[in-house]
Amino acid sequence: MSAAIEEVVTEAPAVEAVPKRAMTLGAGTSLVVLGLLVAFPLFAKNFIIFQMTMLLIYGLAVLALNILTGGSGQFSLGQSAFYAVGAYTSAILMEQYGVNYALTLPIAGVLCFGAGFLFGQPALRLSGVYLALATFALATAMPQLLKLNFLEPWTGGVQGLVVTKPDAPFGLPMSQDMWLYYFTLVVTIAIYLFSVNLLRSRSGRAFMAIRDNEIAASAMGIDVALYKTLAFGVSAGITGVAGALGAIAVQFVAPDSYTITLAISLFLGMVVGGVGWLPGSIVGSAFIIFVPNIAEGISKGLSGAVFGVLLFLVIFLVPHGARQIAVVSQQLLGKFKKN
Amino acid sequence: MYRQLRIAALATAVIGLTSGTALAQKKYDTGATDTEIKIGNIMPYSGPASAYGVIGKTEQAYFNKINAEGGINGRKINFVSYDDGYSPPKAVEQARKLVESDEVLVVFNPLGTPSNSAIQKYLNAKKVPQLFVATGATKWNDPKDFPWTMGWQPSYQSEAHIYAKYLIKEKPDAKIAVLFQNDDFGKDYLKGLKDGLGAKASMIMAEESYETTEPSIDGHIVKLKATGADVFISITTPKFAAQAIKKLAEIDWHPLHIVSNVSASVGGVIKPAGFENSQGILSAAYAKDGADPQWDDDPGMKKFLDFLAKYYPDGNKLDGSVVYGYGAAQTLVKVLQMCGDDLTRANVMKQAASLKDFEPDTLLPGIKINTSPTDFAPIKQLQMMRFKGEKWDLFGPIITDDLSN
Repeated sequence: MSAAIEEVVTEAPAVEAVPKRAMTLGAGTSLVVLGLLVAFPLFAKNFIIFQMTMLLIYGLAVLALNILTGGSGQFSLGQSAFYAVGAYTSAILMEQYGVNYALTLPIAGVLCFGAGFLFGQPALRLSGVYLALATFALATAMPQLLKLNFLEPWTGGVQGLVVTKPDAPFGLPMSQDMWLYYFTLVVTIAIYLFSVNLLRSRSGRAFMAIRDNEIAASAMGIDVALYKTLAFGVSAGITGVAGALGAIAVQFVAPDSYTITLAISLFLGMVVGGVGWLPGSIVGSAFIIFVPNIAEGISKGLSGAVFGVLLFLVIFLVPHGARQIAVVSQQLLGKFKKN
Repeated sequence: MYRQLRIAALATAVIGLTSGTALAQKKYDTGATDTEIKIGNIMPYSGPASAYGVIGKTEQAYFNKINAEGGINGRKINFVSYDDGYSPPKAVEQARKLVESDEVLVVFNPLGTPSNSAIQKYLNAKKVPQLFVATGATKWNDPKDFPWTMGWQPSYQSEAHIYAKYLIKEKPDAKIAVLFQNDDFGKDYLKGLKDGLGAKASMIMAEESYETTEPSIDGHIVKLKATGADVFISITTPKFAAQAIKKLAEIDWHPLHIVSNVSASVGGVIKPAGFENSQGILSAAYAKDGADPQWDDDPGMKKFLDFLAKYYPDGNKLDGSVVYGYGAAQTLVKVLQMCGDDLTRANVMKQAASLKDFEPDTLLPGIKINTSPTDFAPIKQLQMMRFKGEKWDLFGPIITDDLSN
C-alpha cells in the first residue's frame, strides 16, 4: 500500500515544471529584441529578409507546440497536419475565391482551432507516448489526404497550388519581401502577446496545473478534459496561422511540403529552444532553418550526419536548450553588475 | 588647324573602333565574368528521392572535366549545388539563395516536379533561366507563359505518343487495357496516350488506377484481364511494374505488354520480376544503357567511360542517373559555348532555344536535340525496345513525337 503511494508521488512528470514567470523575457530585453527585429530589414538583402520571415513563421509554429507541451504537458508530432490545413486554407481562399490574404489568416486560425479541438477529444484518452503516436498518425495521413481525388478541384492534387505574393499596400515604397516580413512580424508579436497573457491567465494556470499533476488539478476543480482539448485547439489554431503565412511567403503549397519531417523539425525546434520557454521558440526556429544549411556547407554527402552531431552536442551541453543559455548569461550579467 | 582636325578625326576613329569591338565582344549578366560562369543547381541529396542525388554529383564531375580542359571560352564553371530534400518550400529557399545570395547566371537541372513547380513562378518573375529541368512532366514546354523554363528529357506525354504511334501502325485492332498510377505522372501519361491515339482513343477499352499506398495491385490486373484486352500498358513506377509483370505470368495472361520507360530498369524491375516472365515486354528508350555490351565500341560511350574513370571513379555506369547527368551537363556546356562572349540570361535562353541536331554522347544514335523559340522540349525522340534474354533489344526506327509542338 505504502509502496504504491510512493510510486505515484515519485513518478517524474512528463515535462519539467517551469514557473510561469520564467516563461518570458524581461521588459528591457524584449524591447531590445523587438528593436532589432524592426530595424534589421533596412540593412539586409531580400533573400535574407525572406529567410527571416520564414524564421518568424516557424517560430510561431514552434511557439504553438510550446504552449501545448510546455504549457499543458501534452505531446504532439502532428503539428505538420495543422500547418498544412492552415496553408491550404489560405492558398485555396486566395487563389480560388480571391479572398484578401490578410483575411485568410483568421479563417485559417479558426478552422485549425476547430480541427485541433476535435482532435483533442479522442486524444483525451491517451497520454504520453501514446498521444505522440496518435498525432504521428495524423501527420503521416495528411499529405495523402491532400492528394485525394475528390479534393483535387480545390487543392490541385499532387501538383499543388501556386500562390500570388501580395504587394505592399497604400503604395508603400518597400519590396514584397520587406512588406511580408513586417506583416509577419506584426502577426507574430500579436500572437506572442496573446500566448504570454494566455499562460498568465486562469486558463494558463489550469494548463500548468494539469501538466504538473493531473490528479491534483482535477481535485482542485479544474475541468481537465476541457482544458486539455482547449490547449490542443489553441496550439492548432496558432499553427494554422503560421501555415497560412508560410503559404504566402513560399508562394506554393503541395502535399509533399507538409510531411512528418516538418512535424519532427518543429518538435526539434521546441526542444532546442527550451520546452516551456516561449522566447526560445525563435531560437529553436533558427536552429531548424539555419543548422541544416551549415551542415550542408561542412559536408554535402554527410550533411545528415553533421546535423546529427550538432544536435547531439546541443542536447549534451545544454539539455534545457536556449533557456539554459539565457539563464546562465543572466546570472553572469548579474555578477558583472555587482562587481 | 589642319593638324588639330586630323588628330580629332583620328581620335574619333580610334574611339569608334574600340567601342565597336567592345560592344561586339563582351556582355555579362550577374553570374558571369571574364574568368567564371556561375551555375546554380538544386538536388535531393537527402530525403525520399536521394537516389537521384547522383545526377548532381555527375554534373559536378563533368564540369570539373570541362574546367580541367580549359573551361568554356576561357571561363571556368563554378557549380553551386544545394540540397532541397525533395521538399518544395526548401527548394524555394535554395532557389532564392542561388539567385539573390550566390548570384548565379542560370539555375540548371533542378530535380523533381513538385520542386520545379514551386520555383517556376519565382524564376520567371526574376528572369533567371530555369534550364533543362530534371522532370518528365509535360508542362515545362510552355514558352509562351514561362519563357525562362525549359525541360530536357522526353516528356511523359511524348513517350505515350510514341507508344500510340507504334500501336496504330503495328496493331490497329488492339484492345488496350491501361493500368496507371493515380498522380501527375500517371495522368500526364494517360492524357498523352489518348492524344496520341486521337480518333482511335476508343481502342482503350479499360482503365484502372492505383494509389502508391496500395500494398498490391493484383486486383486491378485480374479485372483488366477479364475485359479481354490484348494490349496491356503499364504506367507504373518500378515497384508496381515488377508486381504487374509477376501477376500477369501468374494468371497466365499474355497480352502485348508495354512498360513505361520509368520502370524499364533491368536491375530494378525486370530482374526482381523474373527474366522468364519478362520476355517480349516492350518499352522505349532515349539513352544508351551502360549495362548493354553493344555500346562497348561506341565512341560516345567510350568518352563517357573515360570520363567516369578519370573524374568520377565512384560513379556506377549501370546507374541510369549517371548517364542522365552526363547528357544534361553536356547539353548545358554546348549552350554556353554557343553563347560566346554574350553571357546574358536572355542570350542563354536564346541559344538554348536554337539547338540544332545536337547529339550528346550518351543518347541513342540518331536521337538529336532540337529546340526553337516555340519548342522548349529538347528531346522528343525515342526508340522502341523489346526485352529478350537478359537485356533490352532496340528495334525499329527512331520515332519522333510530332504532336508535342
